[in-house]
Amino acid sequence: MSMETTLSHDTPAHDDHHHDKPRGLARWLYTTNHKDIGTLYLVFSLLMFFIGGSMAMIIRAELFMPGLQLVEPEFFNQMTTMHALIMVFGAVMPAWVGFANWMLPMMIGAPDMALPRMNNWSFWILPFAFTMLLSTLFMDSGGPAAGWTLYPPLSLQGGQSFAFVVFAVHMMGISSIMGSINVIATILNLRAPGMTLLRMPLFVWTWLITAFLLIMVMPVLAGAVTMLLTDHFFGTSFFNAAGGGDPVMFQHIFWFFGHPEVYIMILPAFGVVSEIIPTFARKPLFGYSAMVYATASIAFLSFIVWAHHMFTVGMPLTGALFFMYATMLIAVPTGVKVFNWVSTMWKGSMTFETPMLFAIAFVVLFTIGGLSGLMLAIASVDLQYHDTYFVVAHFHYVLVPGSVFALMAGAYYWLPKWTGHMYSETWGKIHFWVSAISVNILFFPQHYLGLAGMPRRIPDYSTQFADFNMISSIGGFIFGASQLIFVGVIVHCVYKSRQKATAQVWEGAKGLEWTLPSPAPYHTFDTPPVIDETTIAHAHSRH
Amino acid sequence: MKKPNTFIVVAAVAAAVIAATWLLLAAPGYTGNEINMTRGVTSQSTINYSLHMTVLWICIVIGIIVFSAMFVSIVLHRKSRGYNPAQFTHSTKAEIIWTVIPVLILVVMAVPATRALVNMEVAPETEMTVKITGFQWRWKYEYVEDGISFISSLDPESNAARRLASGTPPEEVDNYLLEVDKPLVLPANTKIKFLITADDVIHSWWVPALGWKRDAVPGYINEAWTEIMEPGIYRGQCAELCGRDHGFMPIVLHVLPRAEYDAWVLEQQNPESVSRLAASPARPSATAYENE
Ligand SMILES: [Cu+2]
Repeated sequence: MSMETTLSHDTPAHDDHHHDKPRGLARWLYTTNHKDIGTLYLVFSLLMFFIGGSMAMIIRAELFMPGLQLVEPEFFNQMTTMHALIMVFGAVMPAWVGFANWMLPMMIGAPDMALPRMNNWSFWILPFAFTMLLSTLFMDSGGPAAGWTLYPPLSLQGGQSFAFVVFAVHMMGISSIMGSINVIATILNLRAPGMTLLRMPLFVWTWLITAFLLIMVMPVLAGAVTMLLTDHFFGTSFFNAAGGGDPVMFQHIFWFFGHPEVYIMILPAFGVVSEIIPTFARKPLFGYSAMVYATASIAFLSFIVWAHHMFTVGMPLTGALFFMYATMLIAVPTGVKVFNWVSTMWKGSMTFETPMLFAIAFVVLFTIGGLSGLMLAIASVDLQYHDTYFVVAHFHYVLVPGSVFALMAGAYYWLPKWTGHMYSETWGKIHFWVSAISVNILFFPQHYLGLAGMPRRIPDYSTQFADFNMISSIGGFIFGASQLIFVGVIVHCVYKSRQKATAQVWEGAKGLEWTLPSPAPYHTFDTPPVIDETTIAHAHSRH
Repeated sequence: MKKPNTFIVVAAVAAAVIAATWLLLAAPGYTGNEINMTRGVTSQSTINYSLHMTVLWICIVIGIIVFSAMFVSIVLHRKSRGYNPAQFTHSTKAEIIWTVIPVLILVVMAVPATRALVNMEVAPETEMTVKITGFQWRWKYEYVEDGISFISSLDPESNAARRLASGTPPEEVDNYLLEVDKPLVLPANTKIKFLITADDVIHSWWVPALGWKRDAVPGYINEAWTEIMEPGIYRGQCAELCGRDHGFMPIVLHVLPRAEYDAWVLEQQNPESVSRLAASPARPSATAYENE
């Protein structure tokens, strides 16, 4: 079916819009409803979070003490590679698409996503992609073991199963691109009258920018892995030095995708935190326009810093200087964001429900990750930091207490709106405190390990690294186990909680989603809402 | 009033535990695992160490300022204290200040960072050249002028102990995983050029005491240079994932005073003359050759 017919078929005026939803499996297979698809994405990403997490547990268990106790080095490499691929493409990215599906239409006053059938398709590709990716672990040649960066020539040493990895990455890419087209089409076309661009909630803004990043870089990744595929199976020499190819070229192409990818995972987090802090500070977001421009600048800069991942590869002095300066510049818009969050809290009237706790922890711990990122930008010192646990600590700080904490903050924040019930605040807080403390026990000592000289991606290490690896592993086991509390809180909230949520849910919450009843009805905003300046957050953001 | 108090108590306890751990680890008396970057034994490593410390302290100060403002706000501006929310939404003055000041801080950081990079990358006139080739999973060293060449791989004792369920605890092996059968012998206080390449996949040659690592890429010859100020034994590892035994291809440098190094070169070139050299005072000292 062509895109035009899909569009006209699902315009709000169309009268078969109100079919009863089918029951059972069929409902989920055929659904074109943004809320159903949002739920599918979120449940899928939670499942992947636990699969990727169990791999992390294997890694931390092997690294608990020096010597090999549990797994062979080859399997260890498969675990680090798969852990990253699954967490990046299976857990964090689909989780953000899930939030986009649930929240974007409700935040801009749209009846659904602009392209509902494509929406269904972009979700249902994912289970097949990840089944394919995970199935490589059971093949003779094993799963991918060259790191999630898939650097050749090492990645080309993988066996036949490598083709499955490449096609799985292709499918994830197609899914992401379709998801982004949908986000852009929805935000640009389906905003309710009066919801001008500079009145949109920050979460909508950050997702709009993220979607453009995705559309620009996913095809680049697809091209890179396709060249790996033909090098491996069809005798081409794109990256094979012996055949006139260039292994370093792959790294340039990969990181041209890879660096924006990092921001794809963090920009929506900025958005969620910018929704939550004003709500619980009962005070409007400070510097709304600056936040929008800062997000756009970060997105732009993300395209011109890729080679800071490659300082050790050997590049001309001028090249290294350019990438160092450009990378340092990212600190400026990122700093603006952090200062604005703190200013939003300043002189507010704060309460500390679970979403706010996660949001505050996000600001603190993401800032720590950002500051270590600034250290890594210094090219000459990066020749010491690079490929050590210092880097591992850095990116886990921005991804786990960064992106993942923002996801949890968002889940607690909107769960009452989704389910119509309040979650258990006590258990939410327990989940928060156990996670927030253990995540630091897990990742903070890794800074020390890296500085002391421990390379990343090694299954065994010399005895001088023993103490902090053991501490890190203990933190890892606690952090892993504490995520079961999260599942418990969600299951309780969905099926058992008796405490009904009001439409408003949070005293200080502003925005169109809070004008809807809780749970939000299956179809919302069939007719565009009339925007009341007092119910939206950014009505008077600029005078 | 009960809930906010619990929050403050938990937050304060967590902060105190973290601060205490840091202080403990930073204390001069602490004799456990190393937690900071080495100062190393080259001009590059010392420059990198002080640059690292400068940037680290700038980051710590920024962190303290931001987090204190946040913590003060968390303590004072809470609903349970009956605090009424202000409604300001922006302040052009504040926003300009916190855009300009970070830019200035970055400029201050960029100056020494640029100088360090230039020193790192622009090699001086060197006196000798060693070609390093990475293989899965060992290193080959070629002394270009002296015609010496050998392969250096993981020490057999470590290699046996590192097998899954080997029965040998790592603590019982000297320099577990950081010992090789044949170390790279280099002269101290000599400007040395390295030509670094690989034969199969990408590796990365890294000895932290030298202050840098450089990727060994098939099809490329990367250049690096060093001048080691103190004789001694320095250890490192391959730093770029290179397959199954990536964790098991260490690098060991034996850095000798110039005269002892020259004697070692002669010995390598004329193995039959060993007995003659043994009597001469140029014989490498026993301390530098603990594994011979
Ligand atoms: Cu290697």
